[in-house]
Amino acid sequence: MIAFENVAYNYGGGELLSEVSLRLAPGSFHFLTGPSGAGKTTFLKLAYAELLPTSGHVTVFDREVRSLSRDDIARTRRRIGVVHQDVQFLDHLPLAANVQLPLMVSGKAGDTRDLADLLGWVGLDHLSDALPPSLSGGERQRAALARAIIMGPDVILADEPTGNVDWEMSLRLLALLVELNRMGKTILVATHDLNLIRQAKAQVATRVLRISKRRIQLAGADL
Amino acid sequence: MVPPSGHTAWLTTFTAGAMTFLCVFALALSLASGRLASRWSDALARTATIRLSAPPDQVQLQTDAILALLATTPGIASARALSEDESRKLLEPWFGPDLPLEALPIPRLIEVVEGDPGYDGEGLRHRLAAEAPGAVLDDHTRWRRPLAEAAGRLRLLGWLAIALIGATMSAMITLAANASLAANAQVIRVLRLIGAKDSYIARAFVRRFTLRALSGAAAGALAGLIGVALLPRADAAGGFLTGLGFTGLGWLWPFVLPPLAAVVAFVATRRAAFAKLKELP
Repeated sequence: MIAFENVAYNYGGGELLSEVSLRLAPGSFHFLTGPSGAGKTTFLKLAYAELLPTSGHVTVFDREVRSLSRDDIARTRRRIGVVHQDVQFLDHLPLAANVQLPLMVSGKAGDTRDLADLLGWVGLDHLSDALPPSLSGGERQRAALARAIIMGPDVILADEPTGNVDWEMSLRLLALLVELNRMGKTILVATHDLNLIRQAKAQVATRVLRISKRRIQLAGADL
Repeated sequence: MVPPSGHTAWLTTFTAGAMTFLCVFALALSLASGRLASRWSDALARTATIRLSAPPDQVQLQTDAILALLATTPGIASARALSEDESRKLLEPWFGPDLPLEALPIPRLIEVVEGDPGYDGEGLRHRLAAEAPGAVLDDHTRWRRPLAEAAGRLRLLGWLAIALIGATMSAMITLAANASLAANAQVIRVLRLIGAKDSYIARAFVRRFTLRALSGAAAGALAGLIGVALLPRADAAGGFLTGLGFTGLGWLWPFVLPPLAAVVAFVATRRAAFAKLKELP
């Protein structure tokens, strides 16, 4: 699905990631941990081609990202659902329209029943007409998850999806991600919440990656 | 898709309206200049004047000789000597209505209307010199050329003004589009994140700016048409300005301007949008 081969990324002020090699197998569930500023968000941005590596190769769906045109990148992103830490919506559009956006931009007709089912699945069916600024942090995260999966992506990348929500809501979001993984989706969650990782490991087979000293290592024994 | 508010909305509509309003007048100027150039050229090109200066007792004799000569000259449709009343009317604007024509050495004027094909000017001059030594053929060339040139340049200025107005509108809409794109960077980022192609994002902005330009230009064209319609009508006493306006099918020309403004807005916004989107990751 997504592979990193000796990837390095330099922000200009020094190397943030170095010699990163990794392969996300189809249907796998990975956590990515590390201290703030370690490069978790950068790693995710490299994975969905918002950033290009300084050196090395990032391959997404068997294509090297440097060889992708701007249109190819757009098409690739339709196969990757992304949930950001700072969830961004089009604030002038109601929630339902925001969730449907990926369908609209790819020219696909959305089925209103499917949309209602999806909003019901994330527990937001009663808020379909609400504008994003009126939503709570947890509601925004769940809406972002709904938007990320409405195209039926092969991969879901989530950047601190539980960063702004309480524990109960974190568990609810985790349950949704686990359910998606059981449907066959490849999941990568960047988080520093070790309790969330422990909770996930109790439900599904996961691998934990840790960014330390610019490199990615396998963690797990200490969790 | 793109938030509907913002100062760029009314700026684009207002710019398109104001520019189209001015464009209607520039168009009227160009068309009027064109008509004037054609009228002057045609009217002066088809006629010539023979001016006869001769002793009083010879005037009628030479006039008859000239008319007889003209009657047998190929390429001349008609020729007639102007009466004293007609000569007096020609001079009236300069000397007043009480001109004692008989007391002044006013030359006799003979109006010549050219046929198709026309006559040989040099040949006619030679024959006139032989038959009536005091006759001078004036084919109006020295009047016609500068008048036609002046009208032609005026027409050119009108078209130049239209081109400048179009370029200014394009520049203003480009600026407005750039401002709108910058103000909506967040929207663009979200759209790109969920897989929107540049063409899709650009289309959202292009559609909006094109429709704004179209509606503004339609209002401007309508206001311009009303303005031109309210201008004084051309009459015998009027000068060039009273002839400024449209005639016949010319009234349809301003209706071309709104679609043209929309095309300008479409091209300007599309170029601005793609340039801006390429700057974004």
